[in-house]
Amino acid sequence: MPFIQLLFRNRLAAMGAVVLTVILLLVLLTPLLPLPDPDVTATADRFQTPFSPGHLLGTDHLGRDQLSRLLHGTRLSLAVGIAAAAIAGFVGSAIGIIAGYFGGRVDNMIMRGVDMLMAFPYILLALAIVAALGPGLMNALIAVAAVNVPFFARNIRGITVGLAEREFIDAARLAGMGHTRIILSELLPNVLPVIIIAMSTTVGWMILETAGLSFLGLGSQPPQADLGSMLGEARSALISHPFTSVVPGVMIFLIVMSINLLGDGVRDALDPRLRSGALSRPRATTLVQRNDPVPAATEDLLAIQDLQTQFHAGNRVYKAVGGVSLSVSPGECLGLIGESGSGKSVTALSVMGLVASPPGVITGGAVRFRGDDLIGAPYETLRRKRGDRVAYIFQDPLATLHPLYTVGDQLIEAIQSHHAVSRSAARDKAIRLFKAVRIPNAESRVGNYPHEMSGGMRQRVGIAMALANDPDVIIADEPTTALDVTVQAQILALLDDLRRDRGLAIIFITHDFGVVGQLCDRVAVMYAGRIVEQGPTQSVLETPAHPYTKRLIACVPELGRGRRELAAIPGLPPSVEALPPGCAFAPRCTKAQDDCRSGQIALTGSYPRAVRCLHPEEAIG
Amino acid sequence: MIALKVENLSKTFPIKKSLFGKPHDGVRAVRPMSFQVATGETLGVVGESGCGKSTFARMLVGLLEPTTGQIEIEGKALDNGNAAAFGKMIQYVFQDPISSLNPRKTIRQIVEAPLRRLHRMGPAERETRIAEIFDSVNLRHDFLNRYPHEFSGGQAQRIGIARALAAAPRIIVLDEPVSALDVSVQAQVLNLLADLKAEFNLTYLFISHDLAVIEAVSQRVVVLYFGAVVEIGKAENIFKSPKHPYTKLLADSAPVVGRPLTAPEQKDSELPDPLDPPPGCAFAGRCPRATRLCHQDEPMLTQMGEDQFAACHHPLEE
Amino acid sequence: MASYILKRLLSAIPVLLGITVIVFLIMAMIPGDPATAILGAYATPENVEKLNRSLGLDAPLVQRYLIWLGNMLTGDFGRSYSLNRPVLDEITERFSATLILAGVSFVLCSVMGILAGVVSAARQYGLADKAITFTVLIGISVPSFFLGMMMILLFAVRLKWLPVSGMYAIYGGGDLWDLLKHLVMPALALSAVATGVIARLSRSAMLEVLRQDYIRTARAKGVPERRVIMGHALRSAMVSIIPVLGIQAGFVLSGSVFIEIVFQWPGVGRMLVNAILKRDLLLVQGGVVFVAACYVLFNIMVDVAQSLLDPRIKT
Repeated sequence: MPFIQLLFRNRLAAMGAVVLTVILLLVLLTPLLPLPDPDVTATADRFQTPFSPGHLLGTDHLGRDQLSRLLHGTRLSLAVGIAAAAIAGFVGSAIGIIAGYFGGRVDNMIMRGVDMLMAFPYILLALAIVAALGPGLMNALIAVAAVNVPFFARNIRGITVGLAEREFIDAARLAGMGHTRIILSELLPNVLPVIIIAMSTTVGWMILETAGLSFLGLGSQPPQADLGSMLGEARSALISHPFTSVVPGVMIFLIVMSINLLGDGVRDALDPRLRSGALSRPRATTLVQRNDPVPAATEDLLAIQDLQTQFHAGNRVYKAVGGVSLSVSPGECLGLIGESGSGKSVTALSVMGLVASPPGVITGGAVRFRGDDLIGAPYETLRRKRGDRVAYIFQDPLATLHPLYTVGDQLIEAIQSHHAVSRSAARDKAIRLFKAVRIPNAESRVGNYPHEMSGGMRQRVGIAMALANDPDVIIADEPTTALDVTVQAQILALLDDLRRDRGLAIIFITHDFGVVGQLCDRVAVMYAGRIVEQGPTQSVLETPAHPYTKRLIACVPELGRGRRELAAIPGLPPSVEALPPGCAFAPRCTKAQDDCRSGQIALTGSYPRAVRCLHPEEAIG
Repeated sequence: MIALKVENLSKTFPIKKSLFGKPHDGVRAVRPMSFQVATGETLGVVGESGCGKSTFARMLVGLLEPTTGQIEIEGKALDNGNAAAFGKMIQYVFQDPISSLNPRKTIRQIVEAPLRRLHRMGPAERETRIAEIFDSVNLRHDFLNRYPHEFSGGQAQRIGIARALAAAPRIIVLDEPVSALDVSVQAQVLNLLADLKAEFNLTYLFISHDLAVIEAVSQRVVVLYFGAVVEIGKAENIFKSPKHPYTKLLADSAPVVGRPLTAPEQKDSELPDPLDPPPGCAFAGRCPRATRLCHQDEPMLTQMGEDQFAACHHPLEE
Repeated sequence: MASYILKRLLSAIPVLLGITVIVFLIMAMIPGDPATAILGAYATPENVEKLNRSLGLDAPLVQRYLIWLGNMLTGDFGRSYSLNRPVLDEITERFSATLILAGVSFVLCSVMGILAGVVSAARQYGLADKAITFTVLIGISVPSFFLGMMMILLFAVRLKWLPVSGMYAIYGGGDLWDLLKHLVMPALALSAVATGVIARLSRSAMLEVLRQDYIRTARAKGVPERRVIMGHALRSAMVSIIPVLGIQAGFVLSGSVFIEIVFQWPGVGRMLVNAILKRDLLLVQGGVVFVAACYVLFNIMVDVAQSLLDPRIKT
């Protein structure tokens, strides 16, 4: 969406823009308006109240027309504030980009200087500069711009450092570009939105600051007046004639507020993260909006029944999970396999209401734990089961452990959230759990922070945390994807031992057939938000019935088969925003026929084997 | 013919001296290594996180200046650490396809850059060249006016490959080019790379953590551990009959359908501390075969069998 | 920890030196004869000569800086010509007043700001969030000196609840209660903007943190929501809030200039403005260096607090 349209969809920003435009128009037209000279004194007419004839806003202590002074003063304040922002923005951004791009010694030296300037409490430095240069509006402008340069430099440097590490900068260097060209054509277009955001959010500040210096008598000098000095001059008559203070004060407030509103709008419109609404706070549980009747209870330990989870972003609806049914029995390991975007993780997170909401909404189906529906259950009911009966292991153990708590404390918390036990008892249990997941030196390791551990050790902590309350079901969402192969092998072996020893049911989400083949009893294959095939692992892997499963397995390179051409599936998975009618795989399928492209295709077969295909590769019972 | 010759290449990152700490030699990210790659060959480079493969790759293309050593391409020594000078000879395909494309530029601007800067082509010439390259990587020409965020990972990686090809290099370093992609798309990109290699008579350095992928694409394989080459040999032999216990550990760890799930034999899974590396063999702490000798002397790369070298005091027998 | 504090204190030395260099260079920008400029155009020739002698102002820049620095290190900040007393005496006398005002304001804005931000984030798009966002918007748009003036009109003149200005009542005051009564308005006016800034930042820091994977982990463990917000999320958010508290402390400390003028508060800020208007540059120089040095020390405390909170910072 174009920037302006986005900006004005924000009503507050539009309001700010309107107020600011009116003020800007007024001050631009000021010289043309039939106003008295702002500097001509008439002591006989002093302190006329507002709405007196000839003086709409009254007169000040020297009988000068307040309206005229206000408009001229606003003109001056705006010009000075904007000029200061432009100077500070330009100089500061240039310094920040240079420091951030070159890094090393250049960066070190520049940032030392910037830090030095920031060691001053803000206005104090401006005061020192004005003290040296002498009071005056121009000097105030220089002072305000100078004290703001470090803020821009720091801010822009931070952004630039992040960008300079990105691979497209390396690519530009390999394409033969020099430093100047990279800065101007690769970096600047990416930094510019941030500079604009920083400017639009600081212009207001700088207007306030110059007004402040003038208020102290250090900025504009009589008879010339900006808003600050008007307020400063009116202060002595504050109690007797408050309106002379109120008029310039309210004007400063209006200007700064409208600029702030507009600035926020600009930031929101330019910041892509905010644009997609990603900065919403995820609720404690996923939002539920079920219209269809809830499926009846079953005997299973955990049953996902016709689950539908969607993401609602603006007017768009992404059907991430479009009717998935699964179940696990005690001691069973169920694999859920699919490529990225197939909906496997969303299915897993929906079970305990952990899909981020907004934008996630569960729109249909049920998840039953021992017959009780968890979807739409009150928060407290769900919370009592989370981590106690159904526990999770997540993918990246560095991001999923809290960086500021020791791993021991995180484990103790998991226990104490469900059991009223003393801290020392919980700690003993934590150490026992650490030993159970084969963490060496468990007693001392509980005192470690996550960043002090290796990836493999962190994932063991994640597993220990999932085991903390002896759950019935563990949902493992790609627990080994972020790990090295040698570590992955150990973690998988550990999980396998644990489930056999403890009779755990595991739902194991992965994209790796090798892992499924080694660990899982049964497997379900997902494509575009639906299960396309399920059955005992060996049967699915050896005689895949769905063309997608068959061809996906053929794509996986396996060690020991030598150098060769790999099989590939042409095309891309469909977007879950616009699924084709009929079979979602039909556009990429060589066996697709006309009947594949219309209507609903059901999952057919008898438990445990089923396939969602009209022309399967293998006939199944 | 030798396409790439690397001699004694190493990188040590200096460490800032702390106020009270003792002086430090720095982190040896890549220990001195030497090898050659023949024209038309694909050399696979395999290793886990922390083995120095990214540092190594960035030195090869001149993005990072080596601490010691020399890089020669087709017999010509290159000016170390100057990416622009390397650009015409050797190019790079990045791991993260989206991050390697400038979000504020059109695909045309991105692919055009090497043609303009490295080959100084005029607009008409560029137009025909881009058309040719896009045909080779199976991309539609109307993609040229779009922006990177409009593409999927697989498409973005093709654009990255097109950009590398535009420089008309002799060698391409592929740094985990498919690890961010789904399996079904991964195979598309791998097959495309194989076709391009034949079409343009390229030489590849293929870096990956995935043994199966490495085996499927490479003639020879280098195994890195903790910044050093531990084994180098023909792809068909190195995983089948590894000489170095680490290579064997890697091969045994890869999940394979039908193989029972047991953790392969190793003492510990932790890497040594790069700030305080142990004497002797870096793998000794994890190695089931390690003896006192391994903890004292660093083993040298020695020939073991036909065209296979390993750095191990107690290599595995057939 | 002790070694970390020591390290930070040592690293403050170059910063403090840098501050003196910057202040010295700013003062050296003054065009014309430095002694006349420092003492003002109406200074007597004897005074000019005396100053020239005592500070060696005809000497080269570096030498002059070293002399000035040496004098300051021995506690000699020079003599204020407008007040005719040693600069250091004047500063230390007035600094306690500024410290009370700025300290109370800082505590106010930190507590109110963080609280408002957390509530706002936890109730995103709710009524409380909207009310807080609106109040904050007004708070950061009103100049503190105007807010102070309006408070005087309302609470002192119209309602007569609080004294108009000053630090203590002229007759019969002087106790803590008297001080508090005098402190309410200036402290609130001074903390308004900082409260708004901290509230906004706390809100966005909380929203950012609440989307992190480890918050999902906490929820998946069954940690009660209250603890998720006030424990897990706030603790992480504090990592980005604390540095801003440090910056805001600088705003509050230097913003007291305006408030001290409006409320006739006998602090360093009012002294500085008067000194600038009277061109009493030795007083300005000394005051700026003194306040900046205090701020540097405060920032060391901020860093120590940050390192206590975040184990990833190497101590």
